Amino acid sequence: MTRRRWRTTRRTALVQLACVTVTLFMGLPLYLIALAALSSRESLDRFPLALLPTGVSVDTMTAFLGSTGVLPAFRNSVEIGLLSLVLSLLLGVPAGYALARFAFRGRDPYQLFLLLVRALPIVVLAVPLARVFLSTGLYDTTYAVALVHTALALPTTVLITSAVFVSVPVEHEEAAMVFGATAPRAFARVVLPQALPGIAAAAIFTFVTSWNEVFGAAVLTLNRRSLPAQVLTTLSDSPLAYRFAGGFALVVPALVFIALMRRYLLNMWGSTVR
Amino acid sequence: MPTPTPTAAPPPTAAPAPTRREHRVRRTGRLPVPLLLVAPSVVFLAVLFLWPLAVGVLQALRADDGFTLDHLRRMLADPYFWPAARNTALLIVVLIPLQFAFALAMALLLRDRPRLSGLYFYVWCVPLAISDLAAGLVWLSIFTDRGYLNSALVHLGLDEGHAWLSYQNPTTMFVAVLLAELWRATSLVLVILVAGLQNIPRDYDEAAAVFGATYWQRLRHVLLPQLRPSLQVALILRTILGLQTFAVAQALTGRNFPLLVGETYQWHVTLQNEHVAAAIALVLLALSIGTATVYLRVLRDPSHGRSR
Repeated sequence: MTRRRWRTTRRTALVQLACVTVTLFMGLPLYLIALAALSSRESLDRFPLALLPTGVSVDTMTAFLGSTGVLPAFRNSVEIGLLSLVLSLLLGVPAGYALARFAFRGRDPYQLFLLLVRALPIVVLAVPLARVFLSTGLYDTTYAVALVHTALALPTTVLITSAVFVSVPVEHEEAAMVFGATAPRAFARVVLPQALPGIAAAAIFTFVTSWNEVFGAAVLTLNRRSLPAQVLTTLSDSPLAYRFAGGFALVVPALVFIALMRRYLLNMWGSTVR
Repeated sequence: MPTPTPTAAPPPTAAPAPTRREHRVRRTGRLPVPLLLVAPSVVFLAVLFLWPLAVGVLQALRADDGFTLDHLRRMLADPYFWPAARNTALLIVVLIPLQFAFALAMALLLRDRPRLSGLYFYVWCVPLAISDLAAGLVWLSIFTDRGYLNSALVHLGLDEGHAWLSYQNPTTMFVAVLLAELWRATSLVLVILVAGLQNIPRDYDEAAAVFGATYWQRLRHVLLPQLRPSLQVALILRTILGLQTFAVAQALTGRNFPLLVGETYQWHVTLQNEHVAAAIALVLLALSIGTATVYLRVLRDPSHGRSR
């Protein structure tokens, strides 16, 4: 009995040890980029670099944010993200609702189509779309990039929202209709409020997808670049401090996002891809 | 007179009583509601996917005076193409097994419900929301000549520093890209596997344990077979996304470690040749479809006949 308990303790200790090791591997790079971005220029020029925050300063970050094109790119990124978010909700929420509530013909092919689209490489789209957008006058606008990002995020939006609507009981909707509400009214008054948190999660997912996407944004714009595209195109001739600050500026929203979305993580990436 | 057998003339079956849902569909006019709801997304995706697909094929195969294979020839003759193809393939072949072993280990650790598992899960998931460009820059701060790895080595009194990302050290360059991708993209596999594990009833596992199965036996014969659908989805997704690796290598090594997507970018943005860029994009498309098909064939669950 004691031997068995000892074995359990050893096992628990080993599991903890493994968890801590993995956490160090995942967390240490985050600490280091923060350290680099929040060090002064002088301490970044020194070698070896200090591994503990000794010369904390916001100079590197402010220099990055002050350099040409970064603030407009930041604004473009937000604009593109919000546009894709609105578009993907407008197109995705009705489709998600249909998937959740109706057994219609073409349901399975539709879901397969969504998976297919999700798996298509963005490279295959961005290059020809640059040509298409050039000829339609959409090239180098935030709209063009937002369209592509919407297409990227839409399949996931549909799948997440349908999972959300499935979890809202049909009975509530039917009760509202029994009391005389029309179907759209029952949806707006009864279903939507309950589904709102999940829909918000889907919206934020779209925003993050857009915030992170770099290839399409870089290929489809020249002057109205998103932040990643701006950092990418100035990569080769920028000092290391700029790159570290850029990396950190791109990482921070991710930290916030995962903290906010913890409850939905599994739904968003885990179960909805099936 | 023989009485008509009941089987000869089946009673006129009324159409099955319409369920409430079908009612709702029928009531609202000629076009069924669900199709109306789904249609905008279908039209949008079709326009944004099928149209560029067609344009892309034309871009790769057309010159001013009709069809040509010149762009493809030019792509194949480019000194960067084959190294890029080789690197892309190498990256996937090494990365994917490592990533799956790592993610599976992480998922199983979490399944043990260790103390602080909420915190661990949070940290392990953060890279989910980090772009490949940001991941490349994060690891650049570690691997660059005057970066944190060399600093740490000097602090430990081990080395005077090593040019990890130099083109003269292709192996460490590859390892750096590999580590960055492993760090960034394993989270995706992790959440898919954790979600998959949640759907597996613990009873089977416990039953096997009661009958004396060891941990490895349970893993091999109970857990993994039930995880198959999740593994399959993750495998397809990760391989296709792995083929698209781009900004990580761009941030870490520039063009010293060429990858196919990076070459598309070079041809399109720097060399301004959309035809060759489209040709490389089509190669990527073919590779994606090819691997997905192979996976679906090979991994098809024999007991279920049809994979989800």
